[in-house]
Amino acid sequence: MKVSTMAEMMASGQTPEILFWVGCAGSFDLRAQKITKAFATILDKAGVNYAILGKEEACTGDPARRAGNEFMFQMMAYQNIQILNGYSIKKIVTTCPHCFNILKNEYPVLGGNYEVIHHTQFLQELIEQGKIKITDSNEWKGKSITYHDSCYLGRANEIYEAPRKVLESLDMELREMKRCKSKGLCCGAGGAQMFKEEEKGDKRVNMERADEAIETKSDFVASACPFCNTMLSDGIKNRDEEVNTEVLDIAEMIAKAMQ
Amino acid sequence: MAIIAQILFIILTATALYLFSKNLLKIRRNILIGKAGFVNDQKARRWKNVFLLALGQKKMFKKPIVAILHIILYVGFIIINIELLEIMADGILGTHRIFESYFEQFELAALYNFIINSFEILAALVFVACIIFLARRNMLKLKRFMSNDLAGWPRSDANYILIAEIILMGLFLMMNAADTETHFIISSSLQPLLSSINTDTLFIIEHTAWWLHIIGIYIFMNYLPYSKHLHIILAFPNTYYAPLTPKGMMHNMPDVQNEVLYAMQPELAPTDAAAPASFGAKDVMDLSSKNLMDAYSCTECGRCTAACPANITGKLLSPRKIMMATRDRLEEVGKNMDLHKNFVPDNKSLLHDYITVEELRACTTCNACVEECPISISPLDIIMELRRSLVMEESNAPQEWNSMFSNIENNFAPWKFAPDDRDAWTKQA
Repeated sequence: MKVSTMAEMMASGQTPEILFWVGCAGSFDLRAQKITKAFATILDKAGVNYAILGKEEACTGDPARRAGNEFMFQMMAYQNIQILNGYSIKKIVTTCPHCFNILKNEYPVLGGNYEVIHHTQFLQELIEQGKIKITDSNEWKGKSITYHDSCYLGRANEIYEAPRKVLESLDMELREMKRCKSKGLCCGAGGAQMFKEEEKGDKRVNMERADEAIETKSDFVASACPFCNTMLSDGIKNRDEEVNTEVLDIAEMIAKAMQ
Repeated sequence: MAIIAQILFIILTATALYLFSKNLLKIRRNILIGKAGFVNDQKARRWKNVFLLALGQKKMFKKPIVAILHIILYVGFIIINIELLEIMADGILGTHRIFESYFEQFELAALYNFIINSFEILAALVFVACIIFLARRNMLKLKRFMSNDLAGWPRSDANYILIAEIILMGLFLMMNAADTETHFIISSSLQPLLSSINTDTLFIIEHTAWWLHIIGIYIFMNYLPYSKHLHIILAFPNTYYAPLTPKGMMHNMPDVQNEVLYAMQPELAPTDAAAPASFGAKDVMDLSSKNLMDAYSCTECGRCTAACPANITGKLLSPRKIMMATRDRLEEVGKNMDLHKNFVPDNKSLLHDYITVEELRACTTCNACVEECPISISPLDIIMELRRSLVMEESNAPQEWNSMFSNIENNFAPWKFAPDDRDAWTKQA
């Protein structure tokens, strides 16, 4: 499978219909790379004409801004917008809700105006258009699953249905956690917490959430964010439950169930 | 004799209204020391929020039983206060149930009875709801009411309001019961209890209840500006000015945006560009007026804190406490302004003296607090503004964050990976 960059596309006079914004976690983190590859596979199989920025992509500035470092954020935003506008990017899809939120909501005022969608929304679209066909005997069929709402997808942008609709297509038994949708509990990574030790308390946030996921006794936990994925995997591993409950990104599940 | 009562009533009413408006204006002044923050676009959507959230109490219905009790208090409070019109007219003119005689003149006595009966039913419901709320607050040991956030005055404040409502409703019903010429739905059932009392004494009881009721209302009204109960007024403007943007959106800092722009493209920099005074918020005057109105609107119900992942897992952060601390500091700054006309620095600030670094550092920006608030308060916005000040003014960040900043700067990712490896995954795909 060939993954083209915008630079290559431009050089050969092509204009992709959509830019896949991979994000830092998706690019460098070993676990998140699997999500990236799964999503790229889906795009490829569904015949989507897409490209990535490759080495020209840089951090959106989200963790810096949430930590309070507006200068760092503005510098990153400036550079990224220069690149994106330079390629006349119109539409972006990303597998990271943090990148999604910042590109969609916080870049426009700085001169970066794009149609930004999250990969779960794009997957829903592709399924509805028939571009993704799920095999009847997919390996998830009949298994139980609980979906963990990412804060930056859910409350931040009110996307609760798209990921659930995609999961429905897999014919699984969806078990909701008590705190779900607008009441969903954070995994503990947001607001740049991912990059520091937690403040002192009686429990780690990811353990609180992992316990809630384990309580549903589901075979799988679906995530739609590379950071939630890490936090929940760590939590479940900590409880020695990783044999019973595996954390997977929705894209990974679809990639394996596609015809 | 009657004229003395009338004069006394007018003086009392005028004093109550004067003090009340004086305190409201003070609150308005305090709110306006914040930076511009009231956005007034898309009026239709804003009014919709007022109707759904403030008037319709939509978010309260996440807990239906509490919502019903709360709406009884609220509807009762507003509707029963219509009776104040008659009480005021009687007080000023020295009459007794002046509207009743008017209604009778137009053969609408039945309507008058219907109205007062409705008031009485509501009064009885409010009476009961307040007792349930008092019991729930003090006996059920709900975590959000037992929390240390409420230690001292805030806990008493909540109880005082409920007790005051119970007394006021009691007086209202007592006043009607002692008026033997009337037979309203609830108070008439109290009348047998008073049957052994002679007419003169009943007259005194009725008048005493009437006076205590109106004095109670004036005291309650003037208590509002000092109380969490101010939300009955501020919930309306607060939901009107609630942000209409997605919750995930942080507001931009044009000052910083321009600094970066001029660094990248020096040709755009104006020659006389003055450096911005400060970044983020260290004290209440650095926050937006909306943030400050949020603080005055907060009812300290603690739904935010109960949903906060940091608080749930035992961290120091409590979004409710953020709002209470902001109001406390703002009140202090207000008193400072009363004394000196303009604010005179007092070597204190919201950051550090009222809200600690540890609290701010615990926030995951998950928006659960914002989502929970029934009247659209954002503790998160205040937390982020204080974080901005911490990092940009004081360079106060944990070591791991400083590493993250330098990784972003040098490696274009929050981790120390070679930027050239960003697309390494494509080779394995």
